[in-house]
Amino acid sequence: MLISRRGVLTASVGLVGLAMLPVAVRAQDAAAAPAQTADEMIAEFTGGAEAVEGDGVKLTAPEIAENGNTVPLSVEAPGAAEILLIATENPTPGVARFTFGALAANQAAATRIRLAKTQDIVAIAKLADGSFVRTAANVKVTIGGCGG
Amino acid sequence: MADNVKPRVRVPKTASKDEVITIKTLISHPMESGQRKDKDGNVIPRSIINRFTAEFNGELVVDATLEPAISTNPYFEFDARVPETGEFKFTWYDDDGSVYEDSHQVEVT
Repeated sequence: MLISRRGVLTASVGLVGLAMLPVAVRAQDAAAAPAQTADEMIAEFTGGAEAVEGDGVKLTAPEIAENGNTVPLSVEAPGAAEILLIATENPTPGVARFTFGALAANQAAATRIRLAKTQDIVAIAKLADGSFVRTAANVKVTIGGCGG
Repeated sequence: MADNVKPRVRVPKTASKDEVITIKTLISHPMESGQRKDKDGNVIPRSIINRFTAEFNGELVVDATLEPAISTNPYFEFDARVPETGEFKFTWYDDDGSVYEDSHQVEVT
């Protein structure tokens, strides 16, 4: 059988095209899956109430994170009952929600989070009187932390 | 159940009454985000710890809801007040229904 250069090229292009097809379809499926947006999560947490920018909540994050897989983060909101953390540009924006009990000495917590890319992290605290304060910190991410 | 899940908690053994102590917790867990793909392009299903609680003598210190954005081997640090001798109880809830527990005795001197 005679194999021409042209024949091989056409066939390989076709194969690559076929191989890419299922990936494209899967990507669409993932996009269609309901992931709450950052705004929706904030609205659910505050119940539609306006969160004011304020000093009531403090977010400590590095300015530049070389590795998006573990970004150290601490949040503090004196007198808060709950704190919601959101990474606005992550595929799933939710990060964590802390509820503080009677024996929490202060309303602060530190943890490590994943960031997909350079973005703002938003912290919203629900204060004891039911009002909400928010703050944001921008973190520059060198290598994203969501794999693939 | 994820393999080799091992909680590690650092709590002082003694404290004075109403002293504020810092508690550090770490649990080994892959926290698979549900975003990654294996080498065949299939999405690896999400498998994370979705909730963590710390209690002292049955009273809540902190209750955290976790999302996939929490890093592998979730780490938490927070402060608690110790009103009396008692026991801290830490609980981690896995997506697959497993529950991991650890407890530490604190003596008020």
